[in-house]
Amino acid sequence: MFWYSPEDLTALLLSLRLASLTSVILLVLATPLAYWLARTRSRVGPVVEAIVAMPLVLPPSVLGFYMLCLLSPDGPVGRFAGGLSFSFAGILLGSIVYSLPFVVQALQNAFMSTSTLLLEAAATLRATPLSTFFSVVVPLSARGFLSGALLAFAHTLGEFGVVLMIGGSIPGRTQTASIAIFSHVETLDYRSAHVLSATLVVFSFGLLAPIYLINRRARVESER
Amino acid sequence: MSIRARIALTRGDFSLDVDLAFPASDVTAVIGPSGSGKTTLLRCIAGLERAARGEIHFQSQLWQDSQLFVPTYKRPVGYVFQEARLFPHLSVRKNLEFGHKRLDSHERKVPFDQAVSLLGLASLLERDPRKLSGGERQRVAIARALLCSPLLLLMDEPLASLDLESRAQIMPYFEALQRELQLPIVYVTHAPVEVVRLAARIILLERGKVRAHGPIHEVLTRPDLPLSHFEDAGAVLFARVVAHAPDYHLTYVSVEGGQLAISARSLAIGATTRVFIRARDVSISLVRPARSSISNVLEVKVLDVNADRDPAHRLVRLVAGGSVLLARVTQRSVVELGLAPEFPVFAQVKSVALIE
Repeated sequence: MFWYSPEDLTALLLSLRLASLTSVILLVLATPLAYWLARTRSRVGPVVEAIVAMPLVLPPSVLGFYMLCLLSPDGPVGRFAGGLSFSFAGILLGSIVYSLPFVVQALQNAFMSTSTLLLEAAATLRATPLSTFFSVVVPLSARGFLSGALLAFAHTLGEFGVVLMIGGSIPGRTQTASIAIFSHVETLDYRSAHVLSATLVVFSFGLLAPIYLINRRARVESER
Repeated sequence: MSIRARIALTRGDFSLDVDLAFPASDVTAVIGPSGSGKTTLLRCIAGLERAARGEIHFQSQLWQDSQLFVPTYKRPVGYVFQEARLFPHLSVRKNLEFGHKRLDSHERKVPFDQAVSLLGLASLLERDPRKLSGGERQRVAIARALLCSPLLLLMDEPLASLDLESRAQIMPYFEALQRELQLPIVYVTHAPVEVVRLAARIILLERGKVRAHGPIHEVLTRPDLPLSHFEDAGAVLFARVVAHAPDYHLTYVSVEGGQLAISARSLAIGATTRVFIRARDVSISLVRPARSSISNVLEVKVLDVNADRDPAHRLVRLVAGGSVLLARVTQRSVVELGLAPEFPVFAQVKSVALIE
């Protein structure tokens, strides 16, 4: 690791920790939401879908600004936790909101492609809806879970604006790799910026390639 | 011990509106043209149609009324869908175990090995269900349904997606099922052959309503129903085996009105069985026919003479004791023989199909 400075290594590890936690928490949170969206015929469904998709189109600064207001020590959420802005917990919450649409959409697509015919068959075989979910829906949606988790991970690694707004750039607490690159450029340390940037390029490719490979396989199998 | 279903369901311009009660025993065939509500009726009994209103009683259990809706997974039914609906991520064995392992051990009335051997699946257990033939897949689906020890088996055209050969292969399994498990079956179909072979009674649906409902030998021969006018229309008679003639490869059975010779079957003397006699295989004679190649002759009486689809034909109902036989003859013959109700005649039966 001789070409990373200790600060850069810290920033990279922080990014990885943030990305893994975000993915894991999102898998838990997004699963029931995506399942509800995939099955509901309620008119509220599309409204919820639009809200979930908002982070895709909003400028990260807007999202980050509102999150900051919510999480600051006198904000409606922050006041119960003694303020979450400029903390790891704060940027974790920000990342979860920011990457939510990726996971929800990946899971929702997977759930929708699980045929209701099989769910009915499971019901006639004494399986409760919950048991059907774990024994039929989840195994048949394994690709959706994998690609949702990878997308959330990659997207969190690439996050910049939201983290900067909520967390600032405190080394070891809120300074992720992408923010470290920004401060290197500000101080004209191009060498360090190059090293970290190249690392993120390699990471991103390493995460995206399997996602597209999975999707390609799914397509080939459904054509058969 | 019966099934009672009063069901109303409206979806778009289709509506099902039935009020049925029938014994929970033997095979009850639900037939009717496509779009008549056969599948919907079956789905309502299984609890797969949440929108259905009405009451469903099975034996002493209440499955549905205005306050109560027992969900499908709590109803002791087995369901065989038109398409097998096997779980693609599970092996054949795991598919079979899916319902079986969810039962308490005291509820398991059908042992795993019995279902496997009944449907001939021993060599398929470790296979991927996506790689089975249509007939194999459907056999797995039937065994899977049996393995949750249902008190009522619902089958929705289980043979419709299969070719003739696979159908012929599966039919004997159905008969074995009936014989060995004595499981009441409600069987949706539009293939008359399956009805004749399996059913004890028929429910005929038309546009979501019950057009006719009764024992098979009655419903098949009612001239006001379309069933008696099909090309293959005929009557089911109950018969008793009386003798075997090995030299001629024949088995003699007695029915009301006389005796019939059929191709030899290994049935015990005294065993009861049923035979199917097609209307087009029956001709009518005023005198007992002698020196004819047709040796099956029954002494019967004309019940009535009815119009048939082809204006040249007449559908004559003949009675022998309590059973009714159908004969399809030309209008000219009716006039020339002077056939009229109460007329004693002889029915010459060209071919008899033994069903069981």
